[in-house]
Amino acid sequence: MSGTTTAVASPAATAPGPKDGGGGRERRGGAVRRHPRWTPWLYLLPALVVIGGLLVYPIYQLGLISLFHYTQAQASGGEPATFQGFANYSELLGDSQFWDVLLATVLFAGACVIGTLAVGCSLAVLLTRIRAVPRLALMLAALGAWATPAITGSTVWVFLFDPDFGPVNRILGLGDHSWTYERMSAFALVFFEVVWCSFPLVMVTTYAGIRAIPAEVLEAASLDGASVFRIWRSVMAPMLRPILIVVTIQSIIWDFKVFTQIYVMTGGGGIAGQNLVLNVYAYQKAFSSSQYGLGSAIGVVMLLILLGVTLVYLRLLRRNGEEL
Amino acid sequence: MRPSRSLIQKPWRTAAELSALLIAVVVAFPLYWMVLSAFKPAGEVRGDRPVPWTLSPSLDSFRRVFENEDFGRYFVNSVVVALSVVVVSALIAFLAATAVTRFRFKLRTTVLVLFLVAQMVPVEALTIPMFFLMRDFGALNSLLSLVLPHLAFSLPFAVWMLRGFVKAVPDSLEEQAFIDGASRTRFLWQILFPLVFPGLVATSVFSFISTWNDFLFAKSFIINEPSNQTLPMALLVFFDKETPDWGGVMAASTVMTIPVLIFFVAVHRRLVSGLGGAVKD
Repeated sequence: MSGTTTAVASPAATAPGPKDGGGGRERRGGAVRRHPRWTPWLYLLPALVVIGGLLVYPIYQLGLISLFHYTQAQASGGEPATFQGFANYSELLGDSQFWDVLLATVLFAGACVIGTLAVGCSLAVLLTRIRAVPRLALMLAALGAWATPAITGSTVWVFLFDPDFGPVNRILGLGDHSWTYERMSAFALVFFEVVWCSFPLVMVTTYAGIRAIPAEVLEAASLDGASVFRIWRSVMAPMLRPILIVVTIQSIIWDFKVFTQIYVMTGGGGIAGQNLVLNVYAYQKAFSSSQYGLGSAIGVVMLLILLGVTLVYLRLLRRNGEEL
Repeated sequence: MRPSRSLIQKPWRTAAELSALLIAVVVAFPLYWMVLSAFKPAGEVRGDRPVPWTLSPSLDSFRRVFENEDFGRYFVNSVVVALSVVVVSALIAFLAATAVTRFRFKLRTTVLVLFLVAQMVPVEALTIPMFFLMRDFGALNSLLSLVLPHLAFSLPFAVWMLRGFVKAVPDSLEEQAFIDGASRTRFLWQILFPLVFPGLVATSVFSFISTWNDFLFAKSFIINEPSNQTLPMALLVFFDKETPDWGGVMAASTVMTIPVLIFFVAVHRRLVSGLGGAVKD
């Protein structure tokens, strides 16, 4: 139990306490443990086999295919695949549609991340200010949105905004305005659905984080005459930092690779591909036009971008002095 | 001091509570509308003036869904795939989480970082190599081709989240077990496993939901074996037409959402504490 207490208390201290953690660490390796050295590896074996065979190997294959001229003929074994170096990449970089899609992906993901965090965090604060019954109501509603599978969420939102039979246009008096016809409004519709189904995670974790701040700390701060703003800036924000980092990074990763919502709601990428994001673009290139090499190159670009985000995340974790 | 302070705060709190209730209604509205439309008779779903109630609920849409499109079979397929992924990934993740939390060994941090990085890999980007892998494996068109990829994709997050639950079991318990002469295997399965089990269930929600959700692999890997299709594909059958059968889509969506909803409500407390753990440590 002492381990948990230090973990909770350490962010509060001005100097985070890796020493306390270190003490526990030594005790763990103590004399009681007499296991052979390979025992942990035995336990890790199944997981490593699965990840190696079904994740690492496909990533290697993805990189490999992206260097080949690989279309339907090669996939069916009719013709040998020809190595062509970075030709797929240079084709991609010279294609204005790729840049357009890349920009759209970044902007769309950015908007979703900001929207999700803003809604999630403000509702988390709201939850701390209200009594049990309204809190339960909001929690249950959020839980419902959270549990809804992306695909059913997508169909329901399209129906809600349907120009002929949906209630939203009726309520807003928009007549038969089609949300999926124009590029921006189609993205907006997907944005609403994404925020709706992803804010609950942020709300619930942030709320749990605020609740975990000891009441005495907040009381002491207000007794010392700190203003509400000061309490937020000097007490709550630093203590919530680790949680906020995790939910931000997770949101970036999830929103950057949105597939289902775009695919279902805009019918595979919108009219003339106006709502394509990288993920859907790669899929369309590979499976609709059988350009597997090109599709793989797009996949590699995505992997590299997300790897960059992950490295930033790891650095932030390190800087926070978190023990992995 | 106190009473006067709470008196000042009272109107604010009422305003906050009213807005919370209003937001709850807005957030719940899509789900309400889904269920409502599933029970509306066809004429009302396609009516000019959608109303938020129905005076003549009917099961026609559900009947249409279950009769026309082999839906029951797809439902069973989805359950089989999701449960296989959940059970297998839970067992593997439990072992891995035990290794990285209760042992100190060289490369431990490296392994953890590997799990973290693996968690970030975009599933969809790997569809192409996965497709060829499944083809060479002879698994294409079978349910196995859906189980295997999802196993790989849900495992890293499951390990990451389970760490907190495994860590929470006090060391002293382990020492006591050894003093009492329990073997390592015995401790693992008869003491640690039951203690971590609730956390395991909570963690499984994520594996379950991502597998249950998937239509990309179902669409790409189950090409000419319709009887091995899963629910999302059946849903899209109703959705993909020029004029979608909204009643059918909503009924199918309801059937697809309910199991996840039940799972979620049942484990949500542990889910929150588990996420707290995954976030904090």
